[in-house]
This record gives sequence, structure tokens and C-alpha cells, in this order.
Amino acid sequence: MVVVYSRADKIFRRIVTAGALTSLMLLGLIAAFLIFRSWDTFSQFGFKFITGSEWFSAGEDPLGGATTALVEAQDASVFSIGPMIVGSLVVALIAMFLAVPLSVGGALYIEFYAPKGIYRVLVTLLDLAAAIPSLIFGLWGIQIFTPIGVRWATLLNDRLGFIPIFSVEFENFARSPFVAGCVLAALVVPITTSVAREVYSRTPRDLIDTCFALGGTKWGAIRSVVIPYGKSGVIAGAMLGLGRALGETVAIYLMLNLVFDYSNEILDSAGGNVASMIALKFGEATDKEISALIAAGLVLFVITLIVNMIASSIVQRSTPRA
Amino acid sequence: MNSVPAVDQYPGVEPLRPWAVTRSTRLKNLSRLAVFAFVAFLVTIITPLAKFDGWAVAFLLINVAWVVGQNSRLGAKERRDAVLRVVFTSLAVVAFVPWLSIFVTVLLKGYRAIYPGYFFSDMRTSTPEDEFNIGGAGHAIVGSLIMVAIATVITLPLGILSGIYLTEVRGRMTFLVRFIVQSMAGVPSVVAGLFIFTTVVQPMGKYSGMAGGLALAVLMLPTVSRTAEEVLKLVPDDLRSAGYALGARQWRTAIMVVLPTVKSGLITAGILGIARVIGETAPLLLTSLNTNGFVWNPAGGTVASLPTYIFSMFMYGTEYSAARAWTGSLVLLVLVFGFFTLARRLGATAAQTAKTDSRKARNLKKKS
Repeated sequence: MVVVYSRADKIFRRIVTAGALTSLMLLGLIAAFLIFRSWDTFSQFGFKFITGSEWFSAGEDPLGGATTALVEAQDASVFSIGPMIVGSLVVALIAMFLAVPLSVGGALYIEFYAPKGIYRVLVTLLDLAAAIPSLIFGLWGIQIFTPIGVRWATLLNDRLGFIPIFSVEFENFARSPFVAGCVLAALVVPITTSVAREVYSRTPRDLIDTCFALGGTKWGAIRSVVIPYGKSGVIAGAMLGLGRALGETVAIYLMLNLVFDYSNEILDSAGGNVASMIALKFGEATDKEISALIAAGLVLFVITLIVNMIASSIVQRSTPRA
Repeated sequence: MNSVPAVDQYPGVEPLRPWAVTRSTRLKNLSRLAVFAFVAFLVTIITPLAKFDGWAVAFLLINVAWVVGQNSRLGAKERRDAVLRVVFTSLAVVAFVPWLSIFVTVLLKGYRAIYPGYFFSDMRTSTPEDEFNIGGAGHAIVGSLIMVAIATVITLPLGILSGIYLTEVRGRMTFLVRFIVQSMAGVPSVVAGLFIFTTVVQPMGKYSGMAGGLALAVLMLPTVSRTAEEVLKLVPDDLRSAGYALGARQWRTAIMVVLPTVKSGLITAGILGIARVIGETAPLLLTSLNTNGFVWNPAGGTVASLPTYIFSMFMYGTEYSAARAWTGSLVLLVLVFGFFTLARRLGATAAQTAKTDSRKARNLKKKS
């Protein structure tokens, strides 16, 4: 088909293209500004910024005036976020470890087992749950979930304490990566579940019927058709959830006790998280510290962007098939 | 399982369903579950399993045991099928319990500090520890609404433009734009806050509602673009062809045929975006902070918003301030769900098309 565009059409197309490219530009701008503002930090600390484990700042208020003495004192500052990156990964992995089975099970239940009457209700509830602000998850986590999580942590430590990651030096389980990870799991489950459910609902009917025609049970059909068919979609959903878990700020801020040290005890009341560290340190940060925090934001941005790009490329590759 | 698919095609014809669950079977099932629940309760008394979660584990194990016993004469395949039914059901229950717990908690803890003045007064003349009949979150609600309005004014046109680009113009960068929009949905909220802090707050030298609104816009854009694209995809090609057949150019077809068709859907896109960002806390902590009084000028320094109000009340740490935080959460949750329901209602045209999809899904369920 040969399409001939009039002049008005060309203008229209140009305006629309410009509008569509804003999001592209925006992403580029975010990266550019973060790199620009964190340049000082990276040029001073280099790769050590990511591997080191010390955060020490001396100085003044970011928006107030700085005296020369204070600015000079800032040179003694050392910034690095190694434990925070590891901590972010640990908490996010705990969350995903809990969230993925729950999401897959929940999605399969909603799509294939739930009675007709409550199917609608469950899907609506799922949508609503995905809309709960993470701040409220944080409040709930502190006031309601923490006692339960601490009980689980005590139990784990009691029975499985011989496994290194479940052992602790001091028995203080509140605000530990484990409890924070549980709350984060509750936060991530709506996202991963709705993606998984959507993928499962697109399983070709014929394939499932074939299973039943061959005398298979429902589980047989799910195992041999639904799960393989939805695998890439579920992985993409899990990656989206992982991206969310890595970037989560306030819920972790409230649920986790930030400590600038590497630790391999997930039940201990000490952990790290890049996003909530930024929020925590931001209030009384010095000029140099803000540059370091922006550098931390850049690291977080790159990590989540990679995770999300993998997720969306899986989604885009698997969509046409459906 | 209990009805024949494709019956919908012959309304009025109801086949006999001898396999349907009768009332007495249902009663039997329910009473069985009640007995199991009670036994599980007894288990929590005598064994280390404790509290509600321990009870749930006991209940699940009893159910699995019963299913295994029931189906032992049917063979391994059926048994596995039945056990997995119980497992999936309980996984779904476990997944839903936290959310239900959140709804209930917010309601139970949130209603305490509510009085009419809560929506109209600010915290200038009262402290977080005061009785609940003075002070309120009016300033925070106003601040939130102003910032969300700024974000909407910016993102709605951009989102619609990118939707049109992806569905109507279909330029060379379609794939890239879609990919970037999807990836952008995952930008951590705190990073959006940092970005606006460096580009707006620092040059202006002060925190402001404008900055907060811009930070929310960054987070809102992907949601709006994606929903707008989904909605525009629903417009049948016949309509476009009709437009062209009447001699309209592409721009006229797009503006006068396609967009009006999905008007409510595009509003839905905006509202979904609002529901997505109205509860964002982290970016506002970096861009608009919090204050105790009403601020109507988006460029006039720090502004309170519901999330930062809740956050600061909660961090204040007394019983009364925590109660105020929960009330704020209740208001926030009601706002979010209100916008969400509104979006659903308005998306009626979109739902019409989606209905065919869901009918397919339901047929699928019936057969399996």
C-alpha cells in the first residue's frame, strides 16, 4: 500500500513523534543528570565507591551557605556503598524467594481452580492490592507483621540455626533483612501474580483440551501445557517484581535497620539497602554527600534498568505468540 | 467443570447437570472444613505450632492428609491432582491474607482520628499529640491533589501522544518507544526524586510543590502511555478505514474519529496514573518535603502531601501521632481505590471489548 501524507499529516506525525520521544529523552536526561552530578564522587572514589564499605561525611547543610573551613573539612569524607548493594540484593532475593511460589500458585488458583463466582472478586482484589501504596505496606509491616515475622525468625534460628545464614550473634530479629523481605514479598506478590495470571489466561484452549482428551488430570494439563506455555511470561513478571523490590524505598526504610557493614546473617537486625539509604541520609546531607547519594542513585538506576529491560524484552518477545 | 461450554450460544436452553454440586454436598464440605478448622485449633494448643499462622499450617496439613486418604483408592495420578488443588488453594490464600490484613488494619486503626475537621484543618495550631478533635490533614490532602494535578497536566498529553505514535503513526521507533516506556515503569521512585532534586530543587534553591509534581510526572508517564496505547489498540480498524473513505486525512481521522471513540479510555489512563503515584512517598521526601500549613502556591516552598504527612506522623512515634498516620493512610487508601474504581467505571468502552476476552477466559475455566 502506498501511503501519501499531506502536509498537515506530516506536521501531525512530527508532533506525535516528538511527544512519543519525550519519554525516551526523559530517560536519557535522568541518566545524564545523574552521571553529571555524581561525576565528582566517581572521579574521587572510582570503583571503590561500589566495593568499599565506609560512609563518613563531615560538613554542612546542602541548601545553606558553606564556610571555607567546613568545605575543607568535607575532604575527609569517604563514601562507598558496597554493603548497601549487597543488602539490596539480599532483601530483594528473600522477597522473590517467597513471592514467586505464592504468585505462581495464586495465579494458577485464580485461573483454573477458583469457583466462577469469586473469580471476578479475586481479580479485582488483585488489582486493588497492586495499587496499595508501599508506605502503607511499611506501616502494616511495622505494627502488624513484625511480631509474626520475629516469631518465624526465632523458629528458623531455633531449628535451622546450624545453617550459617540462619545463625545470629545476638537474638534481635526485628528490622532484619528476613522480616523486611517478607513484607517486600507481600508488596511484590500482586505485581507478579497479575502478570502470571494474565499469561496463564492466554494458554491456548486446544492444548488444554488435548490433555483432557488424553485422559490427563487438571494438574497434568497445568504441568504439561500451562506452565511451559507461561514460563517466559512468569519469568518476566518475576523480573518486574525484582526491579520493584530493588527500588523500593519507604517500606524498607521503615522495616530495615540500616548498618554499613557486610553481614551474612539474614535474621540479624542489620541490613543494607541503596534506595532507603538515599532517603535516610538525604535529610542532613552535605554537598559532597549529596553527590555521593546521587551516585548511589545512579547505581540503583542502572541495576533496576537492566533488570527491567530484560523483563520487557522477554515480554515483547513473547507477546506476538499469544 | 459443572457446565457445558458454548451453552451461551443457545440462551434459554439449560441442559441437565447431574454432576453439579448439590446443596447437601456443599453443606457436607463446609462442615468438614469446620471440623478440620477446629482440629487445627486443638493442634495449636498441644503442639509448638502457635497463633494464626501455626493454625493455618495445621489446617493445610490436615486437608492434605484428608485428600490423600480420600483418593488413595484412585491411584497416584488422581491423588497428586487433588493434593495440588489443596496446595494451590492455600498458596492463593497465603498470598491474599496480607492484603486483607492491610485493608482491615487501615480501617480499624484509621477511623479513630476521623472527625469532619480532619479534612479541613491543618497542623499549624496543633501538635501530633493533641486530642483527635483538633488539627487535621486538610493541608496534606490539598498538597497531594495540587501535585497530582501538576503531574496529570504534564503526563496526560504526553502519554496520549505516545499512545497515538504507537498505534496510529507507527513510525520507525515504535519498538524502541514501547521498550523504553516499559523499562521506564521500573525507574525506582527515589531515583525520580533525585533527578528532580538536581534539575529543579537545586537550581531554584528551594523545595516546592512544582518539583514534587514533576517527580510524580516522571513516575506517572509510563503508566499513562501504556494504558493509552492499550486503549487505542482497541479501536477497530474499520473506523479508521471509514474515516479515510470519507476523505479524511490521517490527522483528521486520528483526532476526530479515533480519539473521541476512546475518550473515556484515555481519561481512564490518566486516572490509573493518578492512582499509581498519589501514594508515592520517597520522591516527595526529596522534592517537596512536608509542612504544617496550607500551601496553595506550587512554587512557594515546601508543601505537605498525604504520604509525607503519614510518614512524618508515623516517625513522630507517639500513640496519637501514629493514629493520625493511620487515619491519613485510610484517606489515602480511599483516594487510591476511589480513583481506581472511577477508572474502571469510565473504562466502560474498553471493558466492552474486554468482555469478549473474559468470556473466553471463563469458557476456558468451565471446560477445565
